[in-house]
Amino acid sequence: MNIPEELKYSDEHEWLAADGKVGITAFAVEQIGDIVFVELPAVGTKVAAGKAFGVIESVKAVSELFAPASGTVVMVNDALKDSPETVASDCYGAGWLVRIEPSGSNAALKDAAGYRAMIASR
Amino acid sequence: MTHSNEFAARHIGPRAADIASMLGTLGYRSLDDFVDAVVPEQIRLRRALALPGGRTEADVLATMRELADKNHVFRSYIGMGYNNCFVPTVIQRNILENPGWYTAYTPYQAEIAQGRLEALLNFQTMVSDLTGLPIANASLLDEGTAAAEAMAMTLAVVKHGERPVYLIDDNCHPQTIACVKTRADARGVAVKVQSPASFAFGGDVAGCLLQYPATDGAVHDYRDLCDKAHAAGAIVTAATDLLALALLVPPGEWGADIAVGNSQRFGVPLGYGGPHAAFFATKDAYKRHIPGRIIGVSKDADGKPALRMALQTREQHIRRDKATSNVCTAQVLLAVIASMYAVYHGPDGIRQIALRVHGRANLLAKALRSLGHRVDHDNFFDTVSVTLDASKCDAVIAAATTKQINLRRLANDRITVALDETVSVVDVTDVVSCFAFGTTVKIIDDSDVATSSGTNPLHRTSAYLTHPVFHRHRSETEMLRYMRGLEAKDLSLTAAMIPLGSCTMKLNATTEMIPVSWPEFGAIHPFAPTDQTAGYQEMFRRLEADLCEITGFAAVSLQPNAGSQGEFAGLLAIRAYHQSRGDAHRDVCLIPISAHGTNPASAVMAGMRVVVIASDDKGNINVADLHAKAVEHKADLAALMVTYPSTHGVFEGSIKEICAIVHQYGGQVYMDGANMNAQVGLCRPGDIGADVCHLNLHKTFCIPHGGGGPGMGPIGVGAHLALFLPNHPVIDLGHAKSSGTISAGPWGSPSILPISWIYIQLMGAEGLTDATKIAILSANYIAKRLAGQYELLYAGAHGLIAHECILDTRVFKTSCGIEVEDIAKRLIDFGFHPPTVSFPVPGTLMVEPTESEPKAELDRFVNALLAIREEIRAVENGSAPREGNVLKRAPHTLEQVVANDWDRPYTREQAAFPDPVLRERKAWPTVARIDNSFGDRNLVCTCPPLSDYL
Repeated sequence: MNIPEELKYSDEHEWLAADGKVGITAFAVEQIGDIVFVELPAVGTKVAAGKAFGVIESVKAVSELFAPASGTVVMVNDALKDSPETVASDCYGAGWLVRIEPSGSNAALKDAAGYRAMIASR
Repeated sequence: MTHSNEFAARHIGPRAADIASMLGTLGYRSLDDFVDAVVPEQIRLRRALALPGGRTEADVLATMRELADKNHVFRSYIGMGYNNCFVPTVIQRNILENPGWYTAYTPYQAEIAQGRLEALLNFQTMVSDLTGLPIANASLLDEGTAAAEAMAMTLAVVKHGERPVYLIDDNCHPQTIACVKTRADARGVAVKVQSPASFAFGGDVAGCLLQYPATDGAVHDYRDLCDKAHAAGAIVTAATDLLALALLVPPGEWGADIAVGNSQRFGVPLGYGGPHAAFFATKDAYKRHIPGRIIGVSKDADGKPALRMALQTREQHIRRDKATSNVCTAQVLLAVIASMYAVYHGPDGIRQIALRVHGRANLLAKALRSLGHRVDHDNFFDTVSVTLDASKCDAVIAAATTKQINLRRLANDRITVALDETVSVVDVTDVVSCFAFGTTVKIIDDSDVATSSGTNPLHRTSAYLTHPVFHRHRSETEMLRYMRGLEAKDLSLTAAMIPLGSCTMKLNATTEMIPVSWPEFGAIHPFAPTDQTAGYQEMFRRLEADLCEITGFAAVSLQPNAGSQGEFAGLLAIRAYHQSRGDAHRDVCLIPISAHGTNPASAVMAGMRVVVIASDDKGNINVADLHAKAVEHKADLAALMVTYPSTHGVFEGSIKEICAIVHQYGGQVYMDGANMNAQVGLCRPGDIGADVCHLNLHKTFCIPHGGGGPGMGPIGVGAHLALFLPNHPVIDLGHAKSSGTISAGPWGSPSILPISWIYIQLMGAEGLTDATKIAILSANYIAKRLAGQYELLYAGAHGLIAHECILDTRVFKTSCGIEVEDIAKRLIDFGFHPPTVSFPVPGTLMVEPTESEPKAELDRFVNALLAIREEIRAVENGSAPREGNVLKRAPHTLEQVVANDWDRPYTREQAAFPDPVLRERKAWPTVARIDNSFGDRNLVCTCPPLSDYL
């Protein structure tokens, strides 16, 4: 499974990039199935680490999206409105969700090896 | 087993010889030995139910006739969201009284449900057109709960603080106000009931509810109010009337965000309160928050338009305790009838009906004014309000009663008269004479349609029902063929067994259905004085008494209109009980992880916090975990919600211990009665330790599923909870410390209650118990015959199950990529409705045959599954390809198999006739496999242009 080395990972299967972009992992995509809708917060919304900031919906499930770190939303991937399936097809690239300006530490996040170990133990 | 009466032998499918043979397959010598092995001894009811013996169909119908004769059908001008109407007879005979429509299930398998899906899409289109709002769902339970759902949706989409405020127009129907308040109280929402003129938006106000036209008949202009609400970020809901909207500017055009109401007057009998289909429409922006079931347009594997339930995953199915609504069952049969009424009349016909009703109301108002009475409003649709001295009010009501007319006493000094399409000029004259006090009044029918509402600022100018479907069926021949054509697309119990686990698709016997369309049950207004409904009252008492005996409870409330509403009612009773003991802080609800998603959704609606209990590896409640969590929350433990037999279809031996633990720590036990069909006559929830239990009368007690509703979910409670049962603001039900109002009607949907009560009388104590035994036997027989080919996921003692079994089909995904969906769709090619897919365990099938299916049908079903197993094996061993095989491309339409091109790696014969029996009898799917994702990404919920089908 693709788990890029340069990203940080939360226990809820979200990734955080150095530039503040947030997305879901390939593991999450596999669990969720065919994605049909993504509900994201507006620019300027404050998000808190571990708290829900949006919803992702597939034919099989509705899941909440949990912020990997606290901060303020500075950019939203509006393209997902029309093509939510991009989240599944390119979850680390064009399928990013929001970009945040982190306001605190993200030390609680796992690195790629830690995250790989976590999903392997499931 | 000997069937003590003729009816039981007709209700129960297997013959005596079949039963012996099935027992032989399972290795038991007698039915009693077998049942003793399945049902734990410590919960057994070791006596016969104290119910009379079974009676003949003729005898029971005679009893029903006697009861019917005790109901008096008055002309009813009470209104309040319920109006008499003409049920077009072509619709009555071909839908309401037609098992091809009423025995179908919720359209989960869209490929064999395109007929009713089309009718429901018509319903949504009709509601959307008439309300002026783009997205409508395919029905809710009643207007009161629809308004409560609107409030819940408002809170989900509006930003609000800890204690939001919801404003309600004091000119709403009282039962609507009561339903919304009940829901609001539990959620900690402050409700203010006041005149819209004094609505103050801002602060914590999340939204408001208006009635249009108002309950007193007035038609007000709310455009400015909507502007103020929107400026403050609040959401406006209008409870409204579809017929009025044929003439009035619809809520969507004057700014309402949500419209709700009752579609009953579109061709559905009054039924003393139900069942009727409520509607819910809203703006596009809120489409993913809309409660209930929505039909959407997608495409099938051949790229052809195909309908299916959209956004299936929202809300309680997956969101559980995060859901904003617990509603599952809709009112499909009634929504279909209402939609057909619009198809039958078309926009011109609907407008003519509305104009006639309005014209009669004008006539009435004019005559009353000529008598010197004060008519309260100039702008009204069908309801005329008159203010006069209290003593005169008494005299008017008395005069009306003499003429067998019901009017509404709105206040001490006010009377309203709500007219409907059945009202003639003679009827108007009769009403006027009640107000005449001896004066002679001459009524000249000048209710000239052209003069109606032309100068009214709320005069509707926009078109509605423009889709061709509402224009093409003016002749009865075309109407008949349209309905029959749709029916032919669907698989109902008239074609094959519907082995849906957890749904109990048993026989809906014809005799049980007969009184439903008798006017003495069908044509009575829900708020008719109870001295006119002695027959109904007697039936309620006797049915309640029978249900008490069957469940072991002290009292029953017939009010909840579905299992989900029963859950809400039961939890509210528990909450009120705790409050009455000074334990208002008890708010923790324990729910096993295997529970139906409705359970946690209901708990949250009732103001509780959900704590999840783990399962053990057999799927049973983990008693140690339950005990630990009960101890951890002992200070604030409110309840446990538990399904029995479990959602996994097993009689858990530890159930008594589980109930005892919950009681020990101060909690109450709510039993979900979805699986009551495995208990009747063998054990009783009240004896096991439950304090409340709902009964799905549409499962265990034979009310047909109607293609996805109606349902009924009455609750039984122990004596200590009886005071807290639901009450009603219009008809006092006498529950002193009532927890509120759950449904718009005092007794839910009374006109379908005869079905359950007739069933109980026909079967008698012995017949009911035999039915339970055979339901369990049939499920075990299927499991045994499939053993070795399909793995049974869970079993109880002796490897036996209750009345349903879960087949673990996940192994095939690993072995050869065949998924549960592929097996389900392939069963359609064999002429069956698939079992329940992916509930309660993802990737599995849950099979419930019920007692009504004959052994030959059970065998045909087993043989189909065994044949499918061989087809899977062919993929496993490589003789069939992993992709494009007969399972992956199932189901197969007639159009596909007769096509000139055939490039598939299997024959047409294998595709369409895998079992030779199918050559004689085959229900074809009318579309190929449907693409659910496409439809959910591109949500279309109204009739598409016909060009899409070309």
